This record gives sequence, structure tokens and C-alpha cells, in this order.
Amino acid sequence: MSLLGIIRIALKSLTRNKTRTFLTMLGIIIGVAAVIAMLAIGQGAQKIVEDQVNSMGTNVIMVYSNFSQSAVRQAAGGGNLLTIQDAEAIRDQLDGVLYTSPVYNSWGQLKYESKNWRTGIMGVDADYFFIRDMQTSAGELFYRSDVENGAKVCVIGKTVADNLFGDINPVGKIIRIRNIPFTVTGVLTAKGQSVMGNDQDDAVIAPYTTVYQRLLGHRWRNMMIMVSAVSRDAIHIVQQDIMDLLQARHRGTTSEEFVVSSQTDLAETANSVSHTMTILLASIAGISLLVGGIGIMNIMLVSVTERVKEIGIRMAVGAGKRDVLLQFIIEAMAISIMGGILGILLGFGAARVVSKIMDWNIAVTAWSILLSVGFSMSIGIFFGWYPAKKAANLNLIDALRYE
Amino acid sequence: MTNTLLTTKSLSKTYIMGDIQVHALRHVNLEVQKGDFIAIMGASGSGKTTFMNLLGCLDKPSEGEYILDDIPVHQMNEDDLTVIRNQKIGYVFQSFYLLPRTTALENVELPLLYCRKCSLHDRHQKAIKALEIVNIADRAKHYPNQLSGGQQQRVAIARAIVNDPSFILADEPTGNLDTRTSIEVMAVFQQLHANGKTIVLVTHEPDIAQYAHRHITFKDGRIISDKLNTNPKHATQDLLNLPQTDEEA
Ligand SMILES: Nc1ncnc2c1ncn2[C@@H]1O[C@H](COP(=O)(O)OP(=O)(O)OP(=O)(O)O)[C@@H](O)[C@H]1O
Ligand SMILES: [Mg+2]
Repeated sequence: MSLLGIIRIALKSLTRNKTRTFLTMLGIIIGVAAVIAMLAIGQGAQKIVEDQVNSMGTNVIMVYSNFSQSAVRQAAGGGNLLTIQDAEAIRDQLDGVLYTSPVYNSWGQLKYESKNWRTGIMGVDADYFFIRDMQTSAGELFYRSDVENGAKVCVIGKTVADNLFGDINPVGKIIRIRNIPFTVTGVLTAKGQSVMGNDQDDAVIAPYTTVYQRLLGHRWRNMMIMVSAVSRDAIHIVQQDIMDLLQARHRGTTSEEFVVSSQTDLAETANSVSHTMTILLASIAGISLLVGGIGIMNIMLVSVTERVKEIGIRMAVGAGKRDVLLQFIIEAMAISIMGGILGILLGFGAARVVSKIMDWNIAVTAWSILLSVGFSMSIGIFFGWYPAKKAANLNLIDALRYE
Repeated sequence: MTNTLLTTKSLSKTYIMGDIQVHALRHVNLEVQKGDFIAIMGASGSGKTTFMNLLGCLDKPSEGEYILDDIPVHQMNEDDLTVIRNQKIGYVFQSFYLLPRTTALENVELPLLYCRKCSLHDRHQKAIKALEIVNIADRAKHYPNQLSGGQQQRVAIARAIVNDPSFILADEPTGNLDTRTSIEVMAVFQQLHANGKTIVLVTHEPDIAQYAHRHITFKDGRIISDKLNTNPKHATQDLLNLPQTDEEA
């Protein structure tokens, strides 16, 4: 008998019991929908992380003291190990370094007329803007000369601008940072969230010289050094060179006392996290597909038992073992493929909803559709095989007599 | 070319149930000519159904030979038997065995779907034609549960003849039917016989056997008598006479 004929027979038997067919499909539908949605969401999340890592700048290396390791030294009054001279040494002595900037981090109250805003204060070199690919959306950045002169100028992030100025143009206005007047030279282009999840636009940035002299005074100074390497390939070597240089400059320290981490390290960590998530989600999806497959096998077995007489009749009028086998496998495959298609639609819908809610750009890839269709088809064949074999191996006379 | 349709030589069937052996059929020798119309009779358990199943290639003999149309059926494998069932034999069962939730037309089409050399596109016409032969074409779209027993049996006969086999087997085809419908069904068989089919049917009712041309009686798995019925009744005539003698018959 022709394959077309068997397909016709199989589909006909499925339509004869629509509710059961649909219920059987449910497991596959959910499994495939899960695969599609998970992969789409996983990829969306990965894209977000990538964007965030890229928002740090290009080929960025961060250098800071590892306080937990230098606790003894601090207790002895040593304080932060890193100095402005370290930053200068890195800038002047190492090949492969493009820009270097010390970064002082602090917190403080900002004031413009009657408005107050508490935010992060950063003291940096003018090169910091190049390291982090920062631009202004209004006004301009400050310059090397401002740093050298200890000028009381600053640029503010978008969040700060919104909160202190509202609709007023901040450029040229004077704000008070910890009560010391600074002229706003520009507003930075928004960067959004960082990899760590904090708002990168909630900060005021001023020359490190000014911050050091006017704002920090004698207080404990939390300094780090930001470096950008000339190229992606150079990052690793530069990291090592910085570590060697720091240890040479601070005699008697161990490598544990400094942390020299790069953007790629961060990206790798973030990627491995999202990778773990993807694997987790994929295994959940895989398990539900497996359960769906077992559901198909279960229903097919019931269906074979229910239809023993039908099988006997078919055999009596000339259906061979092969025909019966094929009929049941095709039934199982049709269920799983139909379930797969419905699952793709459902997963697609779910991904869209998530992308709407999270405001992510989620794309369902052809690859994930192929994967789930292929997977559900194989499940149909795999789990349909045993019941089909059982049906095909029925003895004609016994089948006809079956009540 | 001989006129012999089938020959059985010492055909036996033994069922083994644990320690007990049931000799359902013991060394049956039979020759059936093309164009025969045979009624098989005998007590319950005498082996009629067992014999029919062997003739219909639904089952395999334990011993002996069965030659159908010069084919040594007893030597054939499962696949060959499938083709023989589909092509050469039409089998009619006592309880019709129509597929439920499947229209009469689709039931009749079934053998065509499993026919390797048949084309699928003229199956509708063939099935309709078979239904017309048994006079039930007006119910083609009905489901078995919407048909009377006699109508269901007609559909089953249509299914048996749709592939135009020359050999039709029927195991108690009127067993579930009342007198009138029984005679109607017999009229169908007589008509098929008149058109050249060879027919073997099993019946418990001597009245029904009167429509056949040859009577074979089984007892304990053996043929104990094989006689010609020189004066068979005509079902169509009996049907015409029936309304007058309705309840007394
Ligand atoms: N599958 C089977 N397993 C064991 N014994 C069987 C089987 N089928 C039939 N028999 C036995 O074989 C013998 C012949 O049975 P068969 O069905 O051929 O009788 P029959 O003449 O058709 O009877 P009836 O007129 O009641 O239909 C019986 O004794 C029966 O019990
Ligand atoms: Mg019987």
C-alpha cells in the first residue's frame, strides 16, 4: 500500500478522536513552547549582558586593591595601596596601554538651587572618557587642562540632570557638590544599567585633582585605576604587565593584594552565568519534551489496546504488518509534529510577551524552530515505535476475537 | 487450465493449550471447483470456523497442504498471505466487523487502500460500484451504528467484493439476522454466484443451506458428508413470496 494511503488512514484515525489527540499533544506543545521561549529569552538575556559589557568601553582593564587581602596592612595604617603614581607608571611605562585614568569613588549630596540629589562622585582624568567611550548629549566634556589646574568643573549623568534640573539646560550652571560650587560643562549620553545592575547615569564626574583636593580631603580614599588596552588581543598581556609593575612598585606585596580584571573577564563570567541558565532552562524543556513523549507512548499503547479489533479487521482485508506499523508510527509522528507546530506558536507568543514586558529585543531563531521540530519528530518516532510494534505483531485471529 | 479453485490435502489444525491439545481440524481433504456454492454445516465446535480461517488465509494450518489457484498457500510467508487476503479472497464475518466511526463507503474502500497495485483515485467509484451490487449505495455516507444488521452485512459483503476476488468466504453471515434479512443476504450471494464467484459459507440453518448448491457437513474436525444440492432454492423468488407468509415462515 502506498505511503500516502497510510498517512490518510493515520490522520483519519486521529481526527476520529480529537480530544484525546489534543490531550496527547499537550505534553509536546508545552515542551516545544518551553524550548522556543527559553532559547529566545536566553538569547535576549545574553544580548543584554553583551550590550552592558560593551557599554563599559573598549578593551577596558580595571585595577584595584583587594581589601580582604591587605587588611593587615590597612590595620597598620597603610590604607589603599594604589597611588596616582601607580596610574602614571602604568600610563608611561607599559606598551599596549592606550589610556589610563585614576578613579576616585565617593558619595555626596548635590545641590542646585532648592533641589538636592545624592549620587556617586567620581574623580577621573580626562582620558577616562575615552576609556569608557563617553560622550555628551549636551555641552562638552572637561579637558586635560582642567585636570591639571584642578578646575571646579564637572559633567553629570542623565539621571542627575533629570533630578536636579528637570527641563532646564544644566550646561554652564553651577551646582554645589558637598557645598563646593562646580560648573557643569556637559551632560553625558545615557548608558543605562551596568552589568552589576546599577544605574550608570546616576553619577557626577569631576577632575580627580579637584575631587582629591576639595572633596576627599584627608578622608580614606577609595581609588582604582582604569586602563584601556590598544587592542582586544593585548588585554591579556597588559593585565599581566600591570600586575608585574604593581608588585615591583610595592615591594613585599603578593599578587593577591591587587585585582587586575578586564572587560573580557567580566563578559566571560556573565556569559557563563547566562550559559548555565540556558542549560538549566534547556534541561527543563528537555524533560518536559521527554514527559510529552512518554505521554504519547502511553496514549498510543492505550489506543492500540482499544483498537485491537480494528487492527484485526485491517489485517483481514489485507493490511500487512508493515502497514499497521507505519500507521501507528505516523499517528504518533503526526501528534508530535502537530504538537511541535502548536508549541512553536505558543513559545513564539510567550517570547513576545516577555519581550514586551521586559522591553528586550527577543528573536525566535530558525535554528530553535528546527531544533524543536526535529526533536519532537524524533520523539514521535522513538515513543511511537513500541506501541506500533505491538500493534503490528498482533495475531490476526486473536485480534479479531478480542473483546 | 483446470476448473479446480482449491485443494486441501490432510489439512489439520491443532490448538495447544497448556497440556491439552485441541484437534480442531483432522486431516481434511477437499476440492472446490470454480463456481461452486458450498454451505458448510455441522455442530458447534466441529471445526467449521477453523477451516474457514485456513481457507481465508487468516490462519496457518498445523499440518497438511492448501493449494489455492495453484499457489501452495501453506508454504507462503506472512507478506504473501497478506496479498492473497487482499486480492484473491473476500471474507464475510458473522458480526460484520465494520470499522466503527467510519462511513460505509470508507469501510468498503479499506481493501483498496491496502492494495499495492490499485490506484487510489478510482477507489470511490469502485467502492460505490460494490455498494450498488449489494443494493446499499444509498447508505454510503452512513456510519455502521446508523445501519441495521442486514444493511451492515451488505456493506461487509461490498467490502469483501470490492477488489473483485473470485473466492468469497462467509462464516455464518446470517447468524445475527432475522429470516427476511437472511434471505436478502442469501439473494446477494446467489447473485454473486451467478456472476461467477465461488462461494463457501457456514450456516447452522438448514433453510439457509438450501440456497447453496453443495452441502458439506463437519463433525469433530472431519468432513462426514459432501453432497450436491440438486434443487437449490432461489432467494429472490422466496423474497417475493415472503410478505404473504411473513410470520408463519
Ligand atoms: N484459538 C483457539 N484456541 C483453542 N481452541 C480453539 C481456538 N479456536 C477454536 N478452538 C477449538 O477448536 C474447536 C473448533 O472450533 P471452531 O470455532 O472451528 O468451531 P465451529 O464449528 O466454528 O463452532 P461454532 O458453530 O460454534 O462456530 C473447538 O473445540 C474450539 O474450542
Ligand atoms: Mg464458528
